[in-house]
Amino acid sequence: MKRLPPEPPTRRRRQTAAELKELQRITFSAIRRPLSRNNAMQRKWTDGRSTQQVVSQFIKPNDRLTSLERIELYNKQYWFRLLDCLYDDYPGLRAILGESKFRTLRIAYLNEHPSKSFTMRNLGSRLVEFIEKNPRLISPHTAMCQDMARFEWAQIVAFDGVALPPLVPDDLLGRDPATLTLGLQPYLTLMEMGYPLDEFVLAVKKKSLRAEASNAMEMEEHSSSRKRTVRLPRPKTIHLGVHRWNNSLYYKRLDVEAYRLLCALRDGQSVADACAAAIGESDDAAIDWPARIREWFKIWTELGWFCKPPR
Amino acid sequence: MPANRFNAYTDLGIGIGLRVPHYRHILDKKPTCDWFEVISENYMCDGGRPLEVLDQILEQYKVVQHGVSMYFGSADRLNREHLKRLKNLVRRTKTPFLSDHLCWGSVDGTYSHDLLPMPYTFAAAKLTAQHVRDASDFLEVPICVENVSSYAEFHVSEMTEWEFLSEVVEQADCGMLLDVNNIYVSSRNHGFDPLDYLNGVPLDRVGQMHIAGHSKYEKYILDTHDHPVLDPVWKMYEHVIRRIGPVNTLLEWDAHIPSFDEVHNEALKANKFIARVMRDGVQEKHEALTA
Repeated sequence: MKRLPPEPPTRRRRQTAAELKELQRITFSAIRRPLSRNNAMQRKWTDGRSTQQVVSQFIKPNDRLTSLERIELYNKQYWFRLLDCLYDDYPGLRAILGESKFRTLRIAYLNEHPSKSFTMRNLGSRLVEFIEKNPRLISPHTAMCQDMARFEWAQIVAFDGVALPPLVPDDLLGRDPATLTLGLQPYLTLMEMGYPLDEFVLAVKKKSLRAEASNAMEMEEHSSSRKRTVRLPRPKTIHLGVHRWNNSLYYKRLDVEAYRLLCALRDGQSVADACAAAIGESDDAAIDWPARIREWFKIWTELGWFCKPPR
Repeated sequence: MPANRFNAYTDLGIGIGLRVPHYRHILDKKPTCDWFEVISENYMCDGGRPLEVLDQILEQYKVVQHGVSMYFGSADRLNREHLKRLKNLVRRTKTPFLSDHLCWGSVDGTYSHDLLPMPYTFAAAKLTAQHVRDASDFLEVPICVENVSSYAEFHVSEMTEWEFLSEVVEQADCGMLLDVNNIYVSSRNHGFDPLDYLNGVPLDRVGQMHIAGHSKYEKYILDTHDHPVLDPVWKMYEHVIRRIGPVNTLLEWDAHIPSFDEVHNEALKANKFIARVMRDGVQEKHEALTA
């Protein structure tokens, strides 16, 4: 195959690398513009000009589609793909808010936090921070939605987060609890929630695997006709370890003392100090704490939750 | 011709894309399949179920990586974190070569997660080729770039899409993943003859081919990957293998995914065209000898 000559005569000035960057910027700004209420491209540009007038400066029309109609295909595709990703990753939040409010939340979030990662797995990584700053988008179930957003992000982390070599009982034998520190697996998230959202999510969520990345074109958004079918939970403080076992996702309920102990270990306290901090606040003197703590450590070691502490 | 330096001299046969709905069937039944193409980004994670499944697949099958977000054509620099993760995966899968798209999709670190069409300019070709070379040097495997289907064109373009593809692969000295479905979709959307495309690119650089289904709308065609392969696409497939011989072939089916057997059987239809091309080749040689 003969290559094109490097500098053929041309009547038009060649595009420069800087112009390529600017062209990609303006094209992407068109693609990223929020859709109108009827899921079409907005007809007005940000400065009040017609969008058709703006995009026709860089996109060719053809004999069937205007410049706007051609770029609109990408505009719709962008929004439907990202909205669908959050739709799949946050079924609990969707169930609390209902379809319409959940859609409004997703659009507002993506406007402020577009994807900064090569993988859509990370798309919701700033959702907790976003809804804490924008409580009106999740009212009146503000606290429940904040818990749910943290819980559903914890599930994404547990699904494919990094696993370090787990410690085994022999690693702990003979070690002085006063100086021994332990790390927790990065995929394990400890949670205190004001609602029993584990039971709620199990009721609304069926899928266990994340959706596939694909370059196929989707020109429709998920149906918004589904109604909430699960009753919202009443307030009740629970503690959870969101983790995986044999590469399946689990939510393990924890006693409050167990939760405190694990948090203290995660924060770098020695085993002795963590135990003291955990049971020091307990008002139940009838419990055989040494036996209970031994049992906890046995279970947590079997689950592979402990690893070397981070340096 | 099928095994060449652009596909690390592989002659893999006919494969399908590894997709989540088929995991259970593949792991339990261990069906015969020449090879699987995996979406790299699905396995560029730190652990968990995706890598466990991948490792089990690697024990039984040949696997080639296919990426969707390297964005060789983006004016941004290549994402180093992406490349490092991709290289870890290359070491894991031992993919003989890998592929990604001739497109752009990110600007200033913000990702579209789409395969956006290039402006076909000399500046873009130069930059894209440099990115392909840089990625291949870093990853230490050959790269094949895939033509994308598109729905829009830029005024600023200085050449046709096939001239642009040729320019990039020649400058980068890399292979092509020729997607004949994408060529067909773009030909209908932009009004060119797909044979002009096929005759205008350096087919000796084809390391792999993609076939897939698409959907027709009133004013355009969408690359939906949710149907069997249509006849015009099979004709283009036959046209290419008649020119270069059978080459690594992969059926993509990404939406409304039917059973493993249905997808695999659709891919194996390629054998009919390969057999016809081989038979005609033998006959032509026989006629030449007896003339």
